[in-house]
Amino acid sequence: MTDYDVLIVGGGHGGAQAAIALRQEKFEGSIAIVGDEPELPYERPPLSKEYLSGDKTFDRILIRPEKFWEEREISMLLGQRVTAVDPAAHRVTLADGTSIGYGKLIWAAGGDPRRLTCDGHDLAGVHSVRTRAHVDQMMRELDGVEQVVVIGGGYIGLEAAAVLRKFGKQVTLLEALDRVLARVAGEPLSRFYEAEHRAHGVDVRLGAAVNALEGDGGKVTGVRMADGSVLPAQMVIVGIGIIPSVAPLLEAGAKGANGVEVDALCRTSLPDVYAIGDCALHANRYAAGAEIRLESVQNANDQAKVVARSIMGTDADYDAVPWFWSNQYDLRLQTVGLSSGFDQTVLRGDPATRSFSLIYLREGRVIALDCVNAVKDYVQGKALVVDGARIDPARLADASVPLKELVAA
Amino acid sequence: MPQLVVTTREGEEKTIEAGSGLNAMEAIRDAGIDELLALCGGCCSCATCHVYVDPAFADRLPAMSEDENDLLDSSEHRQATSRLSCQIVLTEDVEGLRLTIAPED
Repeated sequence: MTDYDVLIVGGGHGGAQAAIALRQEKFEGSIAIVGDEPELPYERPPLSKEYLSGDKTFDRILIRPEKFWEEREISMLLGQRVTAVDPAAHRVTLADGTSIGYGKLIWAAGGDPRRLTCDGHDLAGVHSVRTRAHVDQMMRELDGVEQVVVIGGGYIGLEAAAVLRKFGKQVTLLEALDRVLARVAGEPLSRFYEAEHRAHGVDVRLGAAVNALEGDGGKVTGVRMADGSVLPAQMVIVGIGIIPSVAPLLEAGAKGANGVEVDALCRTSLPDVYAIGDCALHANRYAAGAEIRLESVQNANDQAKVVARSIMGTDADYDAVPWFWSNQYDLRLQTVGLSSGFDQTVLRGDPATRSFSLIYLREGRVIALDCVNAVKDYVQGKALVVDGARIDPARLADASVPLKELVAA
Repeated sequence: MPQLVVTTREGEEKTIEAGSGLNAMEAIRDAGIDELLALCGGCCSCATCHVYVDPAFADRLPAMSEDENDLLDSSEHRQATSRLSCQIVLTEDVEGLRLTIAPED
């Protein structure tokens, strides 16, 4: 097979945007994207929202139309998975044994959904929400489904639950911890979303321990809880995070464990090998310099730009402000900054009005905002996060004063 | 199918055909113009599909929501004619709509 000047592994947001950014930076060498899915690069966030709900067709969530990739001379090697990397020889090996040489390798392989390990985890009717194929399969099965159990109270599980309620399904959502969104948000936000989902008819169960999935004829019929009770279900959706897809890189000697380590220019410890997106373990200024992985479109896109500039020699360190969104029912959540490590939260506005923000502080400085139906706070709060502003919590809490008036104060 | 006239950041004017039922962001993306990031995919959650609308068409466009207005405030390049292109649904009413892609923030 042909060799490429830049070989990109992974056809998600990061991989696609890296190729686009290289061409925008006037990179003239050959570029190929190896993707393990059969589809051209598409947006993943709608999988648990507008695509699952049927509000958008697949064509509308393609990152670029097919002819774009042809015109920009970006080769698509789809339905292929890289199984080994030989950094000395600058070659990768695909699952079918094909070997491809590269000048620079951009690893943007993302992650695979974490699966349950209990009995019955592989029954038909048990779904992850990570790829188009997963969601298409769910949609094909939905007609015969009355009861759905969603395992995992993170964003994916909550978004899927919201869409399934719209379809009129009976939905039970199981969260192992004592609140939803426990890893990513403060308690007031968790309690708000629990109440909203309950008001929309979702049976939200916290501290829920799953013992096994039960089936009949190879198909899931229910979820057996640790207390022996069984929740009937014709569909089970598992949203318990991802495992970064970095095994071939680590086996080739790249530093890392939970992800592959990269520096501020997205370089791994292997020569000419870069990594971006969900699988890239990087020191993030907005996490007080801690090494983290960020699973977001923002991170994939901004690291893609950094890697393109790295390769072009117009280096610019990765320093972008994290942002994120989640749409559930008529609730628009927008997050700016990273709340991990907060030691104080300030509630701005009244959750009962369904428009409020939760502001996170660490050592008196604003580090993040979760804004629910509060776009002004999201837009104006960004400067507070960038500056690490020290502002009296009582003033942050006063929703009658726009945040922008606190910026210069 | 409505036609759109799009001026890119480099000042190039392109006439494009918009598929029915699409919004202006999707039409621009599908025409191979890759200056719009449109990171949220068109759900009015970011401001990376910012365009300027020819004033002659201003009153034929859907009204701006408060969310769109607030998001546009995040751009340093906001003008009186600014819109998020994902919020401009293309109908026969806006045949020949002229848009200019705003600078990247």
